[in-house]
Amino acid sequence: MSAAVPNRRAVLALLAGAGIAPLLRAADAVGQPRPVLTRAVPSTGEAIPAVGLGTWITFNVGDDPVARDECAEVMRAFFAAGGRLIDSSPMYGSSQEVIGYGLAKLGNAPVFAADKVWISSGARGPAQIEESRRRWAIRRFDLLQVHNLLAWEAHLPTLQSMKEAGKLRYVGITTSEGRRHADIERIMRSERIDFVQITYNVLDREVEARILPLAQERGIGVIVNRPFRQGSLVRRLERHALPPWAAEIGCSSWAQLLLKFIIAHPAVTCVIPATTRVDHVRENVAAASEPLPDAALRRRIAAHVERL
Amino acid sequence: MSEWWTYRLSDFLLFSPRTYYRLFELYNEAVFPAQFGAFALGLAILVLSRRGNARADRLAAALLAGLWLFVALAFHAARYATINWAASWFAAAFAVEAALIAWAGAVREAPVLRTDHDWGGRVGLAIFVFALCVLPLVGPLIGRPWSQIELFGLAPDPTALATLGLLAGSKKPRWFLLAIPLLWCATSGATLWTMEAPDAFVLPLVAALAFLLSIVRTFAPRAAGSNGPAA
Repeated sequence: MSAAVPNRRAVLALLAGAGIAPLLRAADAVGQPRPVLTRAVPSTGEAIPAVGLGTWITFNVGDDPVARDECAEVMRAFFAAGGRLIDSSPMYGSSQEVIGYGLAKLGNAPVFAADKVWISSGARGPAQIEESRRRWAIRRFDLLQVHNLLAWEAHLPTLQSMKEAGKLRYVGITTSEGRRHADIERIMRSERIDFVQITYNVLDREVEARILPLAQERGIGVIVNRPFRQGSLVRRLERHALPPWAAEIGCSSWAQLLLKFIIAHPAVTCVIPATTRVDHVRENVAAASEPLPDAALRRRIAAHVERL
Repeated sequence: MSEWWTYRLSDFLLFSPRTYYRLFELYNEAVFPAQFGAFALGLAILVLSRRGNARADRLAAALLAGLWLFVALAFHAARYATINWAASWFAAAFAVEAALIAWAGAVREAPVLRTDHDWGGRVGLAIFVFALCVLPLVGPLIGRPWSQIELFGLAPDPTALATLGLLAGSKKPRWFLLAIPLLWCATSGATLWTMEAPDAFVLPLVAALAFLLSIVRTFAPRAAGSNGPAA
């Protein structure tokens, strides 16, 4: 940078008095995200950051203006750190509206919009999807998933026809907490889907046996929910010191170690931790970085956590 | 719901404790100064339930029905529904309870809220006073801000518990009126327990006392101190 050009910090200091600096930082933050580790969506090769943002509970803040602004700040920090995929559902109360509020407040955010259809009536699926889109206030979703396989036989054809019509880019299915894995496997084998969303973390590893290998075999992207068991896993581990070898893979917190454990699995496309805190979302996205643990270190992480 | 046995209560909790209690803070701001009116109405219902005449019975029922309807509309439908899709059902249940109290107490003129002058009636009355004056203080006493206080006539928990007290303390508890408040106390207690609220046990415990009192007064009226026929 030329010496004649005032440095960024000096300009920000000058603008701070006029209250302009935060706006400048915001535009900068949303407009120039940091590079992060990405994973290719198997069906298209599109690269998406390996850490996304979940909204279960954390974004369901109703009409609370203070909490809505806090969620918008979490989104701002998420995009600024290089994140893209935000996941929600009509089941999550006001979360969709709060995302829409944040997107409108930030403007031009590079969001990869992932949502779900969650209704027992197949005929009412399109109306629910349209209502969800209206709440997000976006032109179209990138990914729509059948939430917890509810009426999946009816919803999958709807989502596939939306994709064929260019109204949707990717189709998926979800489950959580290890439920209906036999059905998940059956659908992965028989249907054309781009993503499967499952629960996977250092203690809940049932999917390693069949679903993750099947996803690799069938070219299906994997989104991982509940990486921290809704926070309880991190709260439990934070009573113990982070092992010294965590620094070898660039982890400065338990949360990062848990996320790197997940991201390092070759079948995983994106993990979606939820948070209400700006510092945590930065910490989470920072986990999408090299180096990642190899197979031996992943086994060591799992064994260590199980002992605690 | 498939594999229903694998679900825990926490799987149905859609919001954080912070969001839940902020709901009351914003609600209290929005309805201020209705808090004073609601407390005054609570005292009025208390006095009316002890008068022992038909006019007081009707008035008490009309006032209490109005408060149930207010909670249905102003809290459940307008506020709680923004974070819990089940709240529209809660609103409907509270509106039904309002209609039942109005129908039984004001239209049919049954003394459904008249607390008896025996020990059972006094226990019922004590439950009402607890819901009006003590239950709202529990939250602030364990560290929650005063601005998040839950008051009789405005918030569902003290309203349901106070109603249980009057119904259980009457000479002949009406089970068709007890059902919704009891179910609400169980639902709210489960919500608080799932949120790991330290006071989660208070509401279900006192509601259980009202439930037991109702059982005793229904099936062993003499043992419960009730010695006259139901009006």
